[in-house]
Amino acid sequence: MIFLKLIVTNLRRHRIRSFISIAGIAFSVAAMLTVVTILQGAIGMFSGILSNDSEIIVFERNVSDLFFSNVPAAAVEEIAGWPMVSHANPVLFGIVSSADHPIITCFGVTADDARIRKAAWIAGDKFAFAQHLDDVVLGERAAEFLGAKLNDHVPIGHGVFHVIGILKTANGFEDGGVFMPLSVAQTFFHKEGTSSVITIKLRNKDDAALFKSMVKAKYASLIGLEDEEFTRSYSQFKILKATAWAVGGCGLAMGGLGVANTMIMSVFTRIREIAILRVNGFSNLQIATMIFGESSVVSLLGAVLGLLTGTSLLFALKLVPALHGYIDVTIQPVVMLIVILLALITGIAGALYPAAYAMRVQAVEALRFE
Amino acid sequence: MILSKPFVSDQHSSGQARIVLSAQDVWKSYDEGAIAVLKGVDFEAAEGQTVALCGPSGCGKSTLLHLFGGLDNPDRGRVSVNGIEVNRHRNLLRLLRHEVGFVFQLHNLIPDLTLEENCLIPTVAAGVDRRTAQERLHQLAERTGLTHRLGHRIQKLSGGERQRTALCRALMNRPRILLADEPTGSLDEQTSGAVFELLLDIVATEGVTLVMATHDRGLARRCGRLLEMHDGRIHEPVSA
Repeated sequence: MIFLKLIVTNLRRHRIRSFISIAGIAFSVAAMLTVVTILQGAIGMFSGILSNDSEIIVFERNVSDLFFSNVPAAAVEEIAGWPMVSHANPVLFGIVSSADHPIITCFGVTADDARIRKAAWIAGDKFAFAQHLDDVVLGERAAEFLGAKLNDHVPIGHGVFHVIGILKTANGFEDGGVFMPLSVAQTFFHKEGTSSVITIKLRNKDDAALFKSMVKAKYASLIGLEDEEFTRSYSQFKILKATAWAVGGCGLAMGGLGVANTMIMSVFTRIREIAILRVNGFSNLQIATMIFGESSVVSLLGAVLGLLTGTSLLFALKLVPALHGYIDVTIQPVVMLIVILLALITGIAGALYPAAYAMRVQAVEALRFE
Repeated sequence: MILSKPFVSDQHSSGQARIVLSAQDVWKSYDEGAIAVLKGVDFEAAEGQTVALCGPSGCGKSTLLHLFGGLDNPDRGRVSVNGIEVNRHRNLLRLLRHEVGFVFQLHNLIPDLTLEENCLIPTVAAGVDRRTAQERLHQLAERTGLTHRLGHRIQKLSGGERQRTALCRALMNRPRILLADEPTGSLDEQTSGAVFELLLDIVATEGVTLVMATHDRGLARRCGRLLEMHDGRIHEPVSA
């Protein structure tokens, strides 16, 4: 208890300094949480597009990005006929721009695709999809930012399209995207006879391994991955995740420097007090534990404050109409745990030098210190 | 008239009383030998003795106390507590936790803690269980008249109360030796007398060996032995 009080007393003694350190950690944690959660949310949404009513994705082997993947129509037809396949839907991804929006995701899909069939249509008739070559269906947010209503004609990229439906989806990419009939998209993006991926629904999930091995045997240029495997191994996701953690890590490193500064000041301003503890029998370990305890309290308080701030920030961002659907405020427990752990490690790392310095304090010299 | 002679008590070396503290040919200098403070000090103190070290400022009284408590190392010579050589790197913790207690001129209490918390610090260091520590604290607080001040912060205490707190803290782990460096040096005459009276009373009751550095010859004379320090050595005054 006294030990704890010694730790807390020193933090209370220099409230402003302690608060600044806590705030430093809190901002770092909030930044890390926000960036990681947003990116994970984005990854989750992208994965969600692919795993919509499917378990396996087939795409071109060794492509860095699915936008560059080309799966021949012949492969789609053949795979769709395999006995273990319930249905196989080709999807072509493309990026277009409109007057005010440089990036709009385009989905070239067939009429029987789950994105069309199972979506909540807020305007139009889902059975009218792919009846005409200039038909498009807009996500609700895309319709909003394009200022388009049902039956309007909207300029998208280098073409003008007839809006035959508006659908609502929880997925930000889909909600802000444009759905074209596959053949229209192939022409539009000059990818005739190909799609980016085939999304596969199996009759029996246990056949996944067999299906993947058949793809491997039959098509040297293609690869089939289960949704979870894809999310784990897709290089773009890896880069995004690494970037998120790196940005957060840099933030935490800065927070750690703040803690180090505070702890150095803390040790320097109470050298005499440390000497008193030494004279009263405190060991090096006890002195170091006290310093590390102090930095751990700062880090933990910072982490808690940071989690609260980060969560609030995420909720606030979610309310911004432009970001609707892009931010998933589901904070994964593992992310929270890692963030808290990183904050603690940062705090302890920041206290390494101060603790080492405190352990070297000579009582005789320090008691003369005014 | 005061005569002096190098001090090693005949009585103590004859084995009639157990020697708890000794220094043999102890040398200590600062600034890489430029300032020689102790020049071959020999000293012995028996169990329960009260010893006053008198001498001018800078004569090495405090340095000697620091060496006795293991807070500093001698350049040469040997310092022993209970027959075991004091070594800052080996048995220092045991020495500071259980063998010796320190009282300084400046009380050296932690101002943001209460009297009680300050006194409990040595018990925390030594891992004494809370109940035993509390019992000891209340016993000492009663002896020193501080019971009603236990929950007060140090800033709220008078100079005398602070020094009595420092005395309590020094004795919490029942050390056999109390090293006091000008323990009443920062107090007025009246308070100084009262605190010193209490100090003598407690060490006598507890059977603690007291070695005290002081300028105050009036107080020093009330100790069992009065030693003079000058020229880096100890001299036992002998009345002619």
